[in-house]
Amino acid sequence: MPLPLLKEVAIMLEFSQQLINGLSLGAIYALIALGYTMVYGIILLINFAHGDIMMVGAFVGFYSITLLGSNIVAAMIFAMIACAILGVVIEKIAYRPLRNSTRIAALITAIGMSLFLEYATIFLLGPQQKVFPQSAFPLQQYEIMGLLITNKDIFIIVSAVVLMIILQFIIKQTKTGKAMRAVSVDREAAVLMGISVDKTISITFAIGSALAAAAGVMIGVYYNTVNPLMGIIPGLKAFVAAVLGGIGLIPGAMVGGFVLGILETFVSGYGSSLYRDAVAFGVLILILLIKPTGLLGKNTGEKV
Amino acid sequence: MQEKKRNWLSFGGEVLILAAIFTIVQYAITAGLLNQYYQINLASMVINIILAVSLNLINGFTGQLSLGHAGFMAVGAYASVIMTNMLGYPFIAGLLMACLAAALAGFIIGVPTLRLKGDYLAIATLAFGEVIRVVLQNIDAVNGPAGIVGISRLTTWPWLFGAMLLTILVVVNLVNSSYGRAIISVREDEIASELMGINTTSYKVLAFVFGAMFAGLAGALYAHYFYIIKPETFNFLKSFDILVMVVLGGLGSTTGAVIAAMFITVLTAVLQSFPAIRMILYALTLIIVMIYRPQGLMGNRELSRQTFGRIWGGRK
Amino acid sequence: MSIIEIKNLAKSFGGLSAVLNFNFRLDENELVGLIGPNGAGKTTVFNLITGVYKPDQGSIIFDGEEIVGRPPYNICARGIARTFQNIRLFNDLSVLDNVKIAAHKDVSYGLLSTIFRAPAFFRGEKQIEQESLKYLEIFKLADKKDELARNLPYGEQRRLEIARALATGPKLLILDEPAAGMNPQETKDLMNLIEWIRSDFNLTILLIEHDMSLVMGVCERIYVLDYGQIIAHGKPEEIRNNKQVIQAYLGEEVE
Repeated sequence: MPLPLLKEVAIMLEFSQQLINGLSLGAIYALIALGYTMVYGIILLINFAHGDIMMVGAFVGFYSITLLGSNIVAAMIFAMIACAILGVVIEKIAYRPLRNSTRIAALITAIGMSLFLEYATIFLLGPQQKVFPQSAFPLQQYEIMGLLITNKDIFIIVSAVVLMIILQFIIKQTKTGKAMRAVSVDREAAVLMGISVDKTISITFAIGSALAAAAGVMIGVYYNTVNPLMGIIPGLKAFVAAVLGGIGLIPGAMVGGFVLGILETFVSGYGSSLYRDAVAFGVLILILLIKPTGLLGKNTGEKV
Repeated sequence: MQEKKRNWLSFGGEVLILAAIFTIVQYAITAGLLNQYYQINLASMVINIILAVSLNLINGFTGQLSLGHAGFMAVGAYASVIMTNMLGYPFIAGLLMACLAAALAGFIIGVPTLRLKGDYLAIATLAFGEVIRVVLQNIDAVNGPAGIVGISRLTTWPWLFGAMLLTILVVVNLVNSSYGRAIISVREDEIASELMGINTTSYKVLAFVFGAMFAGLAGALYAHYFYIIKPETFNFLKSFDILVMVVLGGLGSTTGAVIAAMFITVLTAVLQSFPAIRMILYALTLIIVMIYRPQGLMGNRELSRQTFGRIWGGRK
Repeated sequence: MSIIEIKNLAKSFGGLSAVLNFNFRLDENELVGLIGPNGAGKTTVFNLITGVYKPDQGSIIFDGEEIVGRPPYNICARGIARTFQNIRLFNDLSVLDNVKIAAHKDVSYGLLSTIFRAPAFFRGEKQIEQESLKYLEIFKLADKKDELARNLPYGEQRRLEIARALATGPKLLILDEPAAGMNPQETKDLMNLIEWIRSDFNLTILLIEHDMSLVMGVCERIYVLDYGQIIAHGKPEEIRNNKQVIQAYLGEEVE
């Protein structure tokens, strides 16, 4: 083959490879971002503890695989159920009492809850990271048109898409979904329509936390380890993704998640990996200063 | 006339008490009565007091939740060390540069972010705090993540005491003035405040810059006591530490911030071997205080001349 | 001499028109009312005048200068002060401090004097204290000066809000439903107070009110707003018998 052509193919391949990596990462961010955005949409709270709920999910998945010997799908389901319950409990004890307080008070409480989850886990299970045994998921690589795709990538992207489709179905087609949308738009009117606000908020937390748990298990699979502080950075990045897409908007979380994942992969792949984390912060600052309502958000003037 | 005489008397009394505290501690140090352990904790306590009082100006009095205070501490720490260790200037120059650099950082960050509301502002300040850390981690001139070691121990009790006094005095004087009232009105009702002629953005930035400046001062004192500084020292966990002090003490009470800072320092020392438990206690503090007693220990009351007068004079 | 002149003011929120074709004029020392059914856009007009909202189009000339686009604190400094439909006092501050804040925009000492407690600081504080007490005395709130604003009874909170607005030294005072929640006697006292401060402080006063006895009793002219547009304008007697106004308040006539 003539040399110039080889170079172009190589560039194309490199680009597509990064794209796939970006999609995996983006899928994970999107799942976590969905939880942030759903909670913000319904009670205007940035749930600082959301990333840590993801961490708990990862741990549940870990113990499910190592102690119960379950397969990856079962582990994910266990994690999702456990975190759904955790999310509901957290909302009930820490956030519900502050529903009519200032948002700052609720934010401070959420920070406290985040710290609590992290350090309670450290206290109970130790600060070291735990490694999945080799047998847990044997890595298999497939080569399609010169691109390397691992079974992990496939698992992550496919599960994420499936979960998002299920979510869309719930939101658009079920009564619960309608209730969630109603409470987001106008809480008082929803009450007058006979919707139980408490129940709807609990369900929102349950679903958001379950999605985060799924993401947690995926991260565990991807990196083969779990540790108590693993929720902090991905949590923050997923939050940025939610804001990027438009906080409170579900399609926004999905768009934001994938965009951030791809952006980060490209910066890390083509630029410097040192600045990888800075991408998220940079994006956040830019968005907040230029268009806080995000990519998909609308600029409606608020009526006072 | 009587009122004026009484004021001067109590002022004189206050000066005497402060002088006494200073001298007693100084003596204890020189005479070797306080061992290394106590001295370290004393230094930490004073530094924490400065951090808490300065953050309280922003979070408590102005009502703007800032979660990146450690970033300003970092700026001050690094700026001062560059002046002293690298450029050979005396300590006072390092301290002044720390204040200046941190104040400047406060201004640069404050102007764009203070236009944001409530929780967006909080997240933006958190992000900026982390950006400062990441930037410092990537500057080779200051050794990146390894940080700077071997910083000369220039921070002594007189410096600590003086800085603490300065911080408290400036904050208290600022708050008890028309400017202070303007700042508090921003917290109470920003729209009404603006409509009463107060440029709320200016005053938010003012409080932010002052708060940042003193955090920088604390950073400089910290660097020149603890030999080593790394970007990791000034991460968001440090910011949360300071937040816990301010929340516990009462958002809007300088006295509360001082008391809480002292308490947290002692708690940290006691739980030195159990960092996880300490963090769990911090976490529970934030949650429980916010739900059951959001005004913290002191609410927005202060220990003032009036209060002391009432206690001692038995008047109503 | 016109003190404020508004031409073609319009404002919409997310496609919904709140104020449209608004033309309006106040002369010095007048006492004018703005009435209309709930949701007509009256408070929006106040918010537009005081700079809380920026109009989509139109001009507001106050004291000879265009104030559209200026920030609220600047508009206050130029001489427009207001009270609010839902009282917005500084709740955790004392009654006296609430009024003192009005004096801040003209504070006579600087930051350095504040920090170093220079004589200018003490002089300035004394001046602010004396001025603020004067206003409290006018509104019969002096004996409660150290009380927290949140602890005052409702009627006194409303009086405090007016006192605070007045303490900014305005030329134009805008009152948003000052009589809300007041009984007939309190309303009558308020009427006298409004007329008194108008003459004593040489003010122009614009008020939104639902209480017709107050409006018809003190206002020299009345504008009527419905769905964001002025549907009638004139003296109280003219407005009282205006068919369109009656229809706006009572809805379609049912035959």
